[in-house]
Amino acid sequence: MSEGNMNLTLKVWRQKNAKVNGNLETYQVAGISEDMSFLEMFDVLNERLVSEGKEPIAFDHDCREGICGMCSMYINGRPHGPLEAVTTCQLHMRSFKDGDTIVVEPWRATAFPVIKDLVVDRTAFDRIIASGGYISVNTGNAQDGNSLPIPKEEADKAFAAAACIGCGACVAACKNASAMLFVSAKVSQLALLPQGQPEREERAIKMVAQMDAEGFGNCTNTGACAIECPKEISLENIARLNREFLSSSIASTVA
Amino acid sequence: MSWLTKTLSSSIGKKVLMSLTGLFLCTFLVVHLSGNLQLFYKDGGYAFNTYAVFMTTFPLIKVISYGNYFFILFHAFWGLYLEYQNRKARSVRYAVVRNSSSWSSRNMAILGTVLLVYIVVHMGDFWYKYHNEPLPYVQYRENVVTGERMFAEMPSSYKQDVKKVEISDLESGTHLVIVKDLYKEVSVAFQNPLLVLLYIIGMLAVGFHLYHGFQSAFQTLGWNHPKYTPLVRGISTWIFAILIPIGFAAMPIFFYVKHLMGN
Amino acid sequence: MSKKLDAKIPESTLSEKWTKYRSTVPLVNPANKRSIEIIVVGTGLAGASAAATLAELGYKVKAFCFQDSPRRAHSIAAQGGINAAKNYQNDGDSVYRLFYDTIKGGDYRAREANVHRLAEVSGNIIDQCVAQGVPFAREYGGLLSNRSFGGTQVQRTFYAAGQTGQQLLLGAYSGLERQVGIGTVTMYSRHEMLEVVVIDGKARGIIARNLITGEIERHFGHAVLLCTGGYGNVFYLSTNAMGSNVTAAWKAHKQGAFFGNPCFTQIHPTCIPVSGDHQSKLTLMSESLRNDGRIWVPKQKDDKRAANDIPEAERDYYLERRYPAFGNLVPRDIASRAAKERCDAGYGVGTSKMAVYLDYASAIDRYGKIEANKNGMHNPSHEEIITMGKAVVKEKYGNLFDMYKQITGEDPYEVPMRIYPAVHYTMGGLWVDYNLMTTVPGLYALGEANFSDHGANRLGASALMQGLADGYFVIPYTIGSYLSGEIRTKAIPTDHPAFVEAENKVKERINTFLTIKGKQSPESFHKRLGKIMWEKCGMARNEQGLKEAIEEIRALKKEFWSDLRVMGDADEFNPELDKAGRVADFIELGELMCMDALNRNESCGGHFREEYQTEEGEALRDDENYMYVAAWEYEGDSQWVLNKEPLVYENIKIAQRSYK
Repeated sequence: MSEGNMNLTLKVWRQKNAKVNGNLETYQVAGISEDMSFLEMFDVLNERLVSEGKEPIAFDHDCREGICGMCSMYINGRPHGPLEAVTTCQLHMRSFKDGDTIVVEPWRATAFPVIKDLVVDRTAFDRIIASGGYISVNTGNAQDGNSLPIPKEEADKAFAAAACIGCGACVAACKNASAMLFVSAKVSQLALLPQGQPEREERAIKMVAQMDAEGFGNCTNTGACAIECPKEISLENIARLNREFLSSSIASTVA
Repeated sequence: MSWLTKTLSSSIGKKVLMSLTGLFLCTFLVVHLSGNLQLFYKDGGYAFNTYAVFMTTFPLIKVISYGNYFFILFHAFWGLYLEYQNRKARSVRYAVVRNSSSWSSRNMAILGTVLLVYIVVHMGDFWYKYHNEPLPYVQYRENVVTGERMFAEMPSSYKQDVKKVEISDLESGTHLVIVKDLYKEVSVAFQNPLLVLLYIIGMLAVGFHLYHGFQSAFQTLGWNHPKYTPLVRGISTWIFAILIPIGFAAMPIFFYVKHLMGN
Repeated sequence: MSKKLDAKIPESTLSEKWTKYRSTVPLVNPANKRSIEIIVVGTGLAGASAAATLAELGYKVKAFCFQDSPRRAHSIAAQGGINAAKNYQNDGDSVYRLFYDTIKGGDYRAREANVHRLAEVSGNIIDQCVAQGVPFAREYGGLLSNRSFGGTQVQRTFYAAGQTGQQLLLGAYSGLERQVGIGTVTMYSRHEMLEVVVIDGKARGIIARNLITGEIERHFGHAVLLCTGGYGNVFYLSTNAMGSNVTAAWKAHKQGAFFGNPCFTQIHPTCIPVSGDHQSKLTLMSESLRNDGRIWVPKQKDDKRAANDIPEAERDYYLERRYPAFGNLVPRDIASRAAKERCDAGYGVGTSKMAVYLDYASAIDRYGKIEANKNGMHNPSHEEIITMGKAVVKEKYGNLFDMYKQITGEDPYEVPMRIYPAVHYTMGGLWVDYNLMTTVPGLYALGEANFSDHGANRLGASALMQGLADGYFVIPYTIGSYLSGEIRTKAIPTDHPAFVEAENKVKERINTFLTIKGKQSPESFHKRLGKIMWEKCGMARNEQGLKEAIEEIRALKKEFWSDLRVMGDADEFNPELDKAGRVADFIELGELMCMDALNRNESCGGHFREEYQTEEGEALRDDENYMYVAAWEYEGDSQWVLNKEPLVYENIKIAQRSYK
């Protein structure tokens, strides 16, 4: 059932579960069409593995339209592959050449332990949000939506930060496996909006504390995160997080 | 934990310590370079040698210099500790990595370690010797009327208890200054090509370290602004990564070339 | 009305039903709430908002999702916007108009009382989301911006670029995580619900599988809320996420919850066409693109010229031609059918000839001229106009255009996009009463998982509205009418025989999957099911095709249970096993959908029976015989009983839907 004429060599990380060691295994795939998405190429490979009585490769994916943040492959040394501003599920085979060798690894971070093959556990991100990445407003408390005008520029900036899909590519790309871009995106979104002001100081302190507790590395401002971010979250957010955190810790009266 | 230790032990706090000490050291470099540019004066080392006295005796400078030593050590070892932590945050490494960040930014720890080695050699060469070894003295005799200044080495047996002896003889119209001849020490030391090479390597490390370090310090402090960040980046690149290292490296090269040309 | 179906619609005038009911529904006092446990399955807009709100009220909540994080639920992919009757644009909108548009858009197959309530709370949703920090698009004055969607003539759609669903879900998710942090919600991610536990006729818990360890877990709840989304993936190719499935709803159905209008499927007109057999899913291009884009095909059959080489006079803007009043903004079902009609008639474009053009050339030109005027340019060159026009289009739709280019390799700024309809949403779902309770007491269905608000066709930007309405503003009130009678019910220990039995059933089924050891993967069965469904129960259906489909699905089911191959084990992370269970349920559902479509001898909304159409090819309803909700009761393998809930329209004059 070959649809195209690309032949590729894949080296894919296989690891049965979190407790055992893994290794890169080599697979040859043939007849790949350049209109296929990268994950569809994996579908083809998995179908073949099943027909050969072998275990298919486990990988995370869901929406396949670049918004849910579930897909997470580290392809040829870069999270989400060679293109910028694109998730793995939106990467198509036309970005590769016939005969290429493609190395696919899971996100690597101590805070993102491997579950199986290319699947990692990113619940650390949920715990960071749970520590303060919200505005405390119970349902029904809200006033009219237009009672609080927000300058378009601020709203746009907040939106740009809120575009984060929580995929973890920033952590995967960072040489220190730092989660600063993720945390800064949420802190920035809420710090830029008037609704976020009441909890602004506490939020930055709590989220940074949780981030540190999860075992992410320290930010050294290499900027790899922002370059690899599929949603192009800006480094300015990290500066803003630093500012928020420092002013909350030093200048505020919060204990 | 108090709010302060809590703040400083957080990942951002730790980085702020790196940032602040780093910026202090950047300032030091500017001062150090501008002082040492006096090595290029054709005055038999008068300006440089008297400057050395000033720097080692003026109380405020002394206090700052002890701070400086401490910050160098703190910046170095704190940085290594952070590097250790950062490596721990990725216990299994990637098989293939294609980096999108700058080489400098990824190699701050290695560059810093090279710098630390360099600083030890540098301090051993000049600072230690100046403070602890019997360097020869040099005497400068200035004609206060013409402003002409003659210099002469003092006999090797000459010693004085203070760093600088100054005698003004109004009748003969001369002003006499006797100080340790660090200038000579420098010019002799840089006749050794290996040392010159080490200094050039050291300055390359400074350049790459500060190419990332200077502007990174601003980012850590939260100073990222669309209008001013380009300026900070410009300073980082042109002043700290290029101009200052070239300025420093020019000194050993200058003396080495001078030596080769037989002066 | 069937004896078994009591919609419990409050007695009162339409506009007072909800207000009155809300004020009289029994309450549970705060102390009692603390000892009442509620299970919420699914964490999309409906699930996350319900879980967060119920926890705020004081209930003990357990939330489940199969994804690795609640933030990934497929609500996140909704692009265009969310409707609300705010009338901020002063263009004549009102609660009544939103209510009316929704009923009409649904082709008069939705319940009046539910839809009116939806319209009433729509405004509160926007307020709540703004308060949570959802960054909606704003005007320069700082106030909220709106745009138009299909099937309406007012601007009532609130949006956040092309990522409205994402921003709304992240808002609900942050509310949910806040409760997780406080400890009032326990979150179970990477867990899949595999059975509802019913004790003495009431839903009392679920059996869930931990997808990481494979462990089968028992969870008790005084009530169970299914917020598990739609079942569009029964067609294999759809705009749904890969993991979207019917399993939770289907288990509930087999435990006694009736399934309402299963054949009502929404086919979205603007999706990127299929490019080959490898295709695993379809990608939507937001309906908002129809605000500015024009849809056309060549006037000449089988025209092989490139789009840009076809002169204006030889283009057929068929939507503008057929529906001058609404033009390119007709409702989705109508736009989809019109595209299919043109392609079937041989006017399709692209290599497959199963696509039509969505063209931005005239919008680029129009915006370019406006910009030129704004900038005081008097004789702009054509190039200048195009450049400025492109910039405006980029700002409005840039992310969608980029996505199109990424997927197709073509630049939509230069050549028209090729689009074709694709399965997008399912109006059908578990039958629920006014309280959102299914026919199993204590078992609720919210959001897309229920059937209630969209009739036979959903209007754009109404799914987000319904999900959040159900979760934030409906269930927190209506659940009281059930739970107020449960305050004396102590938590039932999970070693109760009903839990044991349910768990054994789940384990047995998993064991069966693993021991068939046939030759075909779950994926291959899914693909085959999808092909049957799309061809015979898709955009157009007929009696013969549906009968064939039922036979084919039954045969497929047999083959599935004898030739399935599932690799791996039960006690580990095993996506193949998860998939097998979902496909098994889809196969059974597919059969029911075909039966429902066969039963409904009329065309309405998304359900188009070829036998029932007007001379102009429009859907021909049969209000006399089919103005009811078909609620199917499971009676055993391939056996269902049809229960009818008659639809009564007291406030709306039913008419043939016209967008001409």
